[in-house]
Amino acid sequence: MKNALGSVDTVLLLGGRSEIGLAIVERLVRDGARRVMLAARGGTAPVDRLRKMGAEVHLADFDAARPETHAALIEDAAARLGDLDVVIPAFGVLGRQAVYDADPVAAARDVAVNFGGHVSIGLAAARRLREQGHGTLVVLSSVAGVRVRKANFVYGSAKAGLDGFAQGLADSLHGSGARVVVVRPGFVIGRMTEGMSPAPMSVTVDTVADAVIEGLRSGRRTVWVPGRLRPVFAVMRVLPQAVWRRLPR
Amino acid sequence: MTLLTGWGRTAPTPARLSRPQSVEEVAALVRAATGRGVVARGLGRSYGDAAQNSGGVVLDCTALAPSWDHDPATGLVTASAGMSLHDLMTELVPRGWFVPVTPGTRHVTVGGAVAADVHGKNHHVDSSFGAHVRSLTLLTADGTLRVLTPDDELFWATVGGMGLTGVVVEATFACVPVETSRMRVDVERTRDLDETLEVMAATDDRYRYTVAWIDLLARGGRMGRSVLTRGDHARRDELPVRMRRDPLAFAPRPRLAAPPWVPGGLLNRATVGAFNATWYGKAPAARRGLVQGIAPFFHPLDGVAHWNRMYGSRGFVQYQFVVPFGAEETLRRVVERLSNAGVVSFLTVLKRFGPGTPGMLSFPMPGWTLALDIPVGQRGLAGMLTVFDEWVAAAGGRLYLAKDSRMPASMMAGTYPRLEEWRAIRDRADPEGVFRSDLARRLCL
Repeated sequence: MKNALGSVDTVLLLGGRSEIGLAIVERLVRDGARRVMLAARGGTAPVDRLRKMGAEVHLADFDAARPETHAALIEDAAARLGDLDVVIPAFGVLGRQAVYDADPVAAARDVAVNFGGHVSIGLAAARRLREQGHGTLVVLSSVAGVRVRKANFVYGSAKAGLDGFAQGLADSLHGSGARVVVVRPGFVIGRMTEGMSPAPMSVTVDTVADAVIEGLRSGRRTVWVPGRLRPVFAVMRVLPQAVWRRLPR
Repeated sequence: MTLLTGWGRTAPTPARLSRPQSVEEVAALVRAATGRGVVARGLGRSYGDAAQNSGGVVLDCTALAPSWDHDPATGLVTASAGMSLHDLMTELVPRGWFVPVTPGTRHVTVGGAVAADVHGKNHHVDSSFGAHVRSLTLLTADGTLRVLTPDDELFWATVGGMGLTGVVVEATFACVPVETSRMRVDVERTRDLDETLEVMAATDDRYRYTVAWIDLLARGGRMGRSVLTRGDHARRDELPVRMRRDPLAFAPRPRLAAPPWVPGGLLNRATVGAFNATWYGKAPAARRGLVQGIAPFFHPLDGVAHWNRMYGSRGFVQYQFVVPFGAEETLRRVVERLSNAGVVSFLTVLKRFGPGTPGMLSFPMPGWTLALDIPVGQRGLAGMLTVFDEWVAAAGGRLYLAKDSRMPASMMAGTYPRLEEWRAIRDRADPEGVFRSDLARRLCL
C-alpha cells in the first residue's frame, strides 16, 4: 500500500535489465519499497544492490513477445509480492530505421514487443490494479511517438500506439483508484542509445527516473522529461508537414 | 465505490461502503465477502488507513442497531458498537456516570474504542479502554457471534486488534460515578522539557487526568516549554453556587466549523508560532481549582467541527510514539530535532502512561507518549520520521496503530513483540483472511 507520505511497498519491473526501469526501482526502494520483482527474458541485472538496500527481490522469467504468458505473470507477481503498488513495463527495443527498411519482418517483430507486449501486460496489470482499487502503471512512452518522424518511424509509430493505449487505459481506470502515469522522455543517453549522437535536450537515465518518482508523488498523469519538451512539442505538433518532413533526424 | 480516508485525509482508496442496520445484515455481508475482504468502520477518527479497505467492503457500523443499557447498581454499561462516546456521555453524564476512558474526541464509537484500545488523560491511573471491558460480542469470519470475556485469548486479540479479528457488535464495560459534569482543573506552565518531565513524574499521581501541551516551536533554553492541565471530576461542593442547581448538565455542541476547503499551508510556522506563543502566554503560570466542563477539558478540538480540514487538501500525519520510562533521552532528542527543524505541529501533547492491557497489539506501555500532527508536504518529513522510528524502536518503544499512516512493516514487526502470537489467534478465528484493511496490508499483519 502507498502510505500517507507516498512511499510504496511493492514494485514489479518488467524488462528487468532496463536501465531506466532499474533506476526507478532503486529510487522506490530508497524511499521505502520492500518487495520487488524483476521479470526479464533470460536473467535480470545483478540484484545485490537492491538487496543491500533492504529489498526482498524476486525474479521471474518474462518474454514480452509471448502475450499468452502475461496474465499469469501478473498473478504470480501478486501472489509473491501482495498488492502491486507500482508496475513498470520497461522493456523495448530501439532498432535502426535503415535496418527495418531492409527487413520488414524484424520491424514487425520489434513493434510487437514495443507496442503489442505493452498492451497485453498493461491490460493484465490494469485488471489487477482495478481489483485492488489502488496502484500505478508507469508507461514509458516517448516524444518519438508524440509526432512520428521519418528518421525512426517504425519505433516512433509503436510509441505513438503505446501512448494512445496508455491515454485510453488511464481514462478507463479513472475512478477505480488505480492510475496510469505516462512518461514522455526525449533522447535518453544510456545503453539503449549507445553510439547515437544525442539530440537537443537529451536527458540521462537518472533524470528520467527522478521525473517518474516526482510524477508518482504528485499524481500527475503525463510526465515530460525534460519538462520543457512539453511546450516544444506543442509547437512541433502543429509544424506544417512540409517542414516536419525535412527534419534531419 | 466510495473513496475513503482516515481523519488525516491522506492516501484515499475506494471501497464498497455498506451501512448495515442489524447484526444479521453484518453477518450476511461478512459471509458474502470476496477476496478483498471486509473491515468495520466507525466514525473514521483513526488518522491513517485502519478503516479503509481498497477494492473490498467497508462496513459503516454507525447505524448498527443503536442501543444501550446501564445498571446503576454495578455501573456496567452495555452498548452497541456503533454508538459514539458522545451519545453515551449525553445519556450517562446527566445520570451521574462517566465513561471509563475517553480519547481526545467524543466522536469515536464503542467498537472503535475497543479495536484501537484507546487511551485518555487518565491512562497513568486507569489504563486503556480495554481494561474496563467485561465482555464483548464479536462477529467472526464464519458469520457467527461469539461472546468473549477477558479470559478468552480472542478477547485480547480483539482489544487493540484494529478490527482484524471480526466485527465488534456490542461491549459491556464499567463506568465511573461522577457528582457533576465539571472538572476541577489545575493549570501550570513549565519553562522547558526537563521541568515538564520532572513535574509530571513527581505529581501526576495526585490527579486522575493529566496531559501536557508542548510548544514545539520554542527553541534553545525554552525548548519543550509546556502547559500542564491536570484535574479530577469536580465534587458538587466544589462548584460555584450557580452551577450547583444542575450539577450534571451536559449538552456540548461544536461552536465553530472549519470551512469545506482550506488552502494548503494555512498552518505554517508563522501562524502556528503565533498560536503557540498566545496559547502559552495566556496560560497562567499556575492556577489551581479552575472549574471546566467535560468538553473543553477532554475534547477541546470537538469544539471545531471538521478541524482536520485546517491542514489543507493534502492532509496531515499524526505521529504518536511511546518510549518506556528511562528512555527520556530519546524523548528529548525527538523534541530537540522537531524544534530545530521548525516542524509545524499544531497540537503536540505529552502524556505519562501507566500499565498497559494484555491486548496483544495494544499500544500503551508504562512510559512517555508524545503525539504530534504534521501537515503533509513539509520538506524532509518522511526522512525525519524514519529517523524517529529508529530511535523509538531502539528505546524499546512503538507507534500507535490508530494514528499511524506511514510506518514500515519492519517497524511494526520489530516493536510489537506479541505480533506472532496475535497472528496465530487471528488465523484461527479468521483462517481465510476475511477481515482485511489497508493498514493490515501495509503492515503485513
